[in-house]
Amino acid sequence: MPEVLKAPLVVEFPFTRSLGPVQSAFLTGLRERVVLGVTTTDGRTLVPPVEYDPVTADDLRDLVEVGSTGTVTTWAWNHAPRRGQPLTTPFAWVLVRLDGADTALLHALDAPGPDAVHTGMRVRIRWAGERTGAITDIACFEPYDGEPAELTGSTGEFADPVGGIVAAARLDYTYSPGRAQTAYINSLVDRRTVGERCPSCRKVYVPPRGACPTCGVPTAEQVEVGPRGTVTTFCIVNIKAKNLDIEVPYVYAHIALDGADLALHARIGGIPYDQVRMGLRVEPVWTDGARYPDHYRPTGEPDADYDAYKELL
Amino acid sequence: MTRDIAVVAFAQTDVLRTTDELSEVEMLMPVLHSVLDRTGLKTADIGFTCSGSSDYLAGRAFSFTLALDGVGAWPPISESHVEMDGAWALYEAWTKLLTGDADTALVYSYGKSSPGSLRDVLTRQLDPYYVAPLWPDSVALAALQAQALIDAGDTDESALAAIGVRSRRVATLNSRAQLRGSLPQGDYVVRPLRTGDCPPVGDGAAAVILAAGARARELCSRPAWIRGIDHRIEAHALGVRDLTDSPSTRLAAERAGAFERPVDTAELHAPFSSQEVVLRKALRLDDSVRVNLSGGALAANPMMAAGLVRVGEAAARIHRGESDRALAHATSGPCLQQNLVAVLEGEPR
Ligand SMILES: [Zn+2]
Repeated sequence: MPEVLKAPLVVEFPFTRSLGPVQSAFLTGLRERVVLGVTTTDGRTLVPPVEYDPVTADDLRDLVEVGSTGTVTTWAWNHAPRRGQPLTTPFAWVLVRLDGADTALLHALDAPGPDAVHTGMRVRIRWAGERTGAITDIACFEPYDGEPAELTGSTGEFADPVGGIVAAARLDYTYSPGRAQTAYINSLVDRRTVGERCPSCRKVYVPPRGACPTCGVPTAEQVEVGPRGTVTTFCIVNIKAKNLDIEVPYVYAHIALDGADLALHARIGGIPYDQVRMGLRVEPVWTDGARYPDHYRPTGEPDADYDAYKELL
Repeated sequence: MTRDIAVVAFAQTDVLRTTDELSEVEMLMPVLHSVLDRTGLKTADIGFTCSGSSDYLAGRAFSFTLALDGVGAWPPISESHVEMDGAWALYEAWTKLLTGDADTALVYSYGKSSPGSLRDVLTRQLDPYYVAPLWPDSVALAALQAQALIDAGDTDESALAAIGVRSRRVATLNSRAQLRGSLPQGDYVVRPLRTGDCPPVGDGAAAVILAAGARARELCSRPAWIRGIDHRIEAHALGVRDLTDSPSTRLAAERAGAFERPVDTAELHAPFSSQEVVLRKALRLDDSVRVNLSGGALAANPMMAAGLVRVGEAAARIHRGESDRALAHATSGPCLQQNLVAVLEGEPR
């Protein structure tokens, strides 16, 4: 079996998340170097605060300021920081119960080594230089042996409260399409389209995914299909997608390649958009250096009979 | 409960560090065929199909739809999916059979962790406001829990090491497991957890078939009857929870009837050695119970399938007559956030 294909795949998304009143007050507070908790009906103070009591599900809205100093309740030494973590030098992950709070906040502790960290140690917040209203406004915690920090007297009311955060995420993958799709992509290098036939129902799937969705059995027998095919259905695209250099309107169609039992989809060119029709016979147009057909154009043959492709709709 | 429902067949793949040459459906299909073959059922005979997987592992939206090709989903089948471990898909299938809408169910789940960096991928399941922006990885969070246990006097590093050693030693009898035999405890990954305290990262799939009442007896000579099953969740915020305990596991076990009579076998989904300490305490398992004879998650932890494998392993022991009453546990989320417990029984021999 030839080597399966692999390629880097980066998934990146900047989620914009709205904040409720409690989260907004907490994160705005961090921007202003104030830490707020929320009090529960049974008198506990939750930091970081949540909008609903995790025990009773009560609505929680009573904000209360807590100290910027606190006590480590558990820790773990991270000798090899990873991308995105608060510090680039070795640090301790810590849960810290801030003075006045009954629950603990997760963050990083900047300490010279694991021997300098223990449960019960006193720490204080090191604020980030630039603060925007995010959990990262706490740069990290640092060891501290002084008096508990004084409160600022904040009521939790701020000018210009933050209403949302942008939670950027990036994950890196090495994607492999597996055996069947590797064979398909490799055949495209020679400008051939190769599907796979189901050993049970004899249908030919293009692109092949290694299984017959009807029979639920592996497909392996390779079958070359096309290059010509028939438009089975289509739509007219009128809105231009970001970064797309194709002029609208254009036609996107399902195309049943000759010999295939599943339609591919591709763009139709070489014909005015309003003259594309079901049954239109088309062939691929390759451009130099392309790894798949740029689009399909009419062959000039008579249209296919509806009966010839109705099973593929 | 008006109907008795049993696990009647189980199959799983070898769990491997990478399965580059296979797409998800290519990895899954042999397991689906294997589990169907065990009962003689065909896809068309199955009343309900439910799967578990995660788009974040695949890096692709709606990735489970492609895996459906391996089931034979045309003509249309009755199907559902959970973005979770397959143990929760099994729970959904069990409730479906309870309603009487179906007599048989196929449950499968799979995960390929190899394309991405699992420790980073799992950070995306955390609270997006207060926690995920810090990118605390799965080992780091488990290490916080381990240190809390050590501080509480519930365990120490050598006791944790012994759990990893035992898991991989018994896994020598499990040809599907990824890590088997004696392995060095290794260096700290995130202290106090060492390599040996952490699960291997691997790709794999599992499938079970459930059947109700008389149908179960037709399909299996000794069905593993589900006497109870329940799942519970704890607060999302780690700092709210007592990490040395697992009240959600205890409650799920109680509701599943686990404490009514002793079990002889337990399959615990404890990806980290420290979590086995928590679970044994929550489930009141003493040395009379055979725990994780499969090697457990420390020997093979295919994401989204490892919990279903626990149910399957427990059921398979009953099928083979090696257990009469077994407990199966599955977890999801950081530090045992969500827990499912099933109690399985075989009829007297
Ligand atoms: Zn077929």
